[in-house]
Amino acid sequence: MTDSKHLDQHARNGMLSRRGFMKSAAALGIVSATAGAFALPAFGSTPSPSPKRGGHFRLGLSRGSTTDSLDPARFSDVFMQSVGFAIYNYLTEVTPEGELIGELAESWEPAPDAARWAFKLRKGITFHNGKPLEAADVVATFNHHRGEKSQSAAKGIVDPIESIETDGTHTVIFNLKAANADFPAITSDYHMAIMPATDGKVDPNAGIGTGGYILEKLEPGVEAVVTRNPDYWKSGRAWFDKVSFLAITDAAARTNALRTGQIDAMDRVDLKTVNLLKMDPNLSINNVDSDQIYYFAMDTQAKPFNDNNVRLALKHAIDRQDIVDRVLKGYGRLANDQPIGASYLNYADLPQRQYDPDKARHYLKKAGYNSLSVDLSTSDAVFTGAVDAAVIYREHAAKAGIDINVKREPADGYWENVWMKRPWSMSYSSPRGTADWFFSQFFAEDANWNDTNWQNERFNTLLKAARAELDAGKRQEMYAEMQALVHNQGGWVAPAFSAYVSAATKAVGHGKIATNRDMDGNRIAERWWFEG
Amino acid sequence: MNQLLMTVAKRLGLGLFTLLIISMVIFLAVEMLPGDIATEILGQMATPEAVAAIRQELGLDQPIVSRYFDWLSGLLTGDLGQSLATGQPVLELLDDRLINTLYLAGTAALISVPLALGLGVIAALYRNTLVDRAVSMFTLSAISMPEFFIAYVLILFISVQLGWIPSMSKVDADQSLLERLQLTILPAITLTFVTCAHMMRMTRAAIINLLSSPYIEMAYLKGLGPWRIIVHHTLPNAWAPIVNVIVMNLAYLITGVVVVEVVFVYPGLGQLMVDSVAKRDLPVVQAASMIFAATYILLNLIADVVSIVSNPRLLHPK
Repeated sequence: MTDSKHLDQHARNGMLSRRGFMKSAAALGIVSATAGAFALPAFGSTPSPSPKRGGHFRLGLSRGSTTDSLDPARFSDVFMQSVGFAIYNYLTEVTPEGELIGELAESWEPAPDAARWAFKLRKGITFHNGKPLEAADVVATFNHHRGEKSQSAAKGIVDPIESIETDGTHTVIFNLKAANADFPAITSDYHMAIMPATDGKVDPNAGIGTGGYILEKLEPGVEAVVTRNPDYWKSGRAWFDKVSFLAITDAAARTNALRTGQIDAMDRVDLKTVNLLKMDPNLSINNVDSDQIYYFAMDTQAKPFNDNNVRLALKHAIDRQDIVDRVLKGYGRLANDQPIGASYLNYADLPQRQYDPDKARHYLKKAGYNSLSVDLSTSDAVFTGAVDAAVIYREHAAKAGIDINVKREPADGYWENVWMKRPWSMSYSSPRGTADWFFSQFFAEDANWNDTNWQNERFNTLLKAARAELDAGKRQEMYAEMQALVHNQGGWVAPAFSAYVSAATKAVGHGKIATNRDMDGNRIAERWWFEG
Repeated sequence: MNQLLMTVAKRLGLGLFTLLIISMVIFLAVEMLPGDIATEILGQMATPEAVAAIRQELGLDQPIVSRYFDWLSGLLTGDLGQSLATGQPVLELLDDRLINTLYLAGTAALISVPLALGLGVIAALYRNTLVDRAVSMFTLSAISMPEFFIAYVLILFISVQLGWIPSMSKVDADQSLLERLQLTILPAITLTFVTCAHMMRMTRAAIINLLSSPYIEMAYLKGLGPWRIIVHHTLPNAWAPIVNVIVMNLAYLITGVVVVEVVFVYPGLGQLMVDSVAKRDLPVVQAASMIFAATYILLNLIADVVSIVSNPRLLHPK
């Protein structure tokens, strides 16, 4: 118990990284019981420059659309996600340091094993309409995404939940289909905004949450306006009096609006002109390392990709540094053919795969080919520069005797008709909170988005075993092996993790910027402020 | 005059029929696009069950013919339906944006039409001189540049360097007419650049064409000055072709300015149409295309009426 207290103290003082905490915590067998303690340092300690209350913050965001909806089940891009994190709270929150802390949940613990999780809610929190937050609201919120009739984009995320029940007014119990030590992480997903329930149902279009701002208006594709919630339960958050989210699709239009003082911050700086923008003395560019990954997904059941030698040949036939330099203009890092990056708790630092045309030829020969010609489907719908990346890859692979025929597909309908339909297509993915979350969605045999059609027995066994394993050391070993399996046998050729590059005027202040999602984990309205 | 009313009535009837055909074509075309609202909204995160649930709720599992007639009967009772994506009534979505689009088109037309006519008359008057060449060269260069390029150049000088007018033309219903005008002026000037040449060249050509006719020669012989000849004697007879070109450009100003909208962040109909097509939000696409089609039909009708009225021979056919 003294050990536990000691550890808790360290957590409160912010002296322990998430990885360190989890490892020592698990060693003491208290994985999540004390995890809620992280709530204190994050909310209580103010970041070094002292924030000021007030002002009207205008944020220019790409990707707003006239079809945007307030329903969190339909959030799909940074615009509505950022609005969502302003008006709603979630059970848990990912801090800028990557720790999972309680937000509306005060604490959570496995009850008694990892197949059953009890979340204790904070008391005394009210929704914008005055209704106090209770366990029934959480149940109704999660049921909005679950069940036969669910229309939610998050249906795949809540699949592992068997049933949800309340225990009193402030405890929610999740019964899972199978043990999962990483379950609490998914409650921080941007779809899982807690909404008030009436008769066991939420009204997803009402825009009522417990968040730091109250929705004033949403004009889809134009702007959303929120004003500060005077009764916000967090201290040291939600500094602005008013925040306008402006939908500005064109990067040049965003840049001009920022330079002429019509907005205070913007997302997605045009990387081609970022060096010119840096010369403006009134602006600061935020280059945030992220584990957002860009990749080429091969169908491992389709010829010729069903032969792992072909996959290895293609993995050795790409110069990753060249892609980072020329497509990302240096705003990114090398990826290593598997999705788990350095920000994940269970990251395994595997040796970086190098560009090696000779090795590629060697694997090609092993597969019985002297030369190979394959189609690669791509589109700029995947990310800006995706087609360029494919064409550059084609040049690299040509040196290994591989002819990549780049097929440019229409951006419209790409996810429906091309991705997961063609044998080899390009895709990207935002980071997920945990390795289990990512693997369960993309690499497990029954994954919704198993875009490589990968069926690896050893991997699937390990994935299930790791979920139930509470020993941090053993989990780390298992996840390391899984990462190696994907790296060596999976169907991803992953060249790069891209950075989130945004810009703001120097009048805007902020603490350390989170890496889990764009725009400070989508929490820019809650975390940023105007300097005095 | 009765004849004219008859013509107008007949054309209106035909116009309605055209609208009906267009509504079918658009409905079919959107249907034929791969995917539907369910797959497009869920995007990369779509699961088959969620897609099926959305389809069922929105009635997309019904056969296309019955969905079309549902929509049509709604339209006939004045109900444009609801956006599939947001559940908002389509009318509500359109209303502000339609006003914005008409306001921008109106402002642009108020600048570009008189300018084009004036320049056309001047060019005709001083045909084959340096003035004529300068006018033609200027307007033709303007039309040859893509509109986003003109827009960026205007923003660079007028917004960024001089700081006179904001680069974002974010108009909304709460602004006064004057504020709105200030925000609309840059996109309107951009559109003037794009549309001026066409109208100016047609004015010039139509006038020059008539200048060689005998009655103009007669006017010269009477000793009338060149201005009087052109404005009083030539122009009235040249209206028909000029009005047709003006009308085409007006229709373009209403229906085809999505690039200008994007660059200036102007909340008009174009962006709504593009977003709705991308998400297969059929009721919104249908409503917007009906507006666009009706614009063309009505403006063409107006052009024809003006041609008939300006030409007594058409007004009294034998």
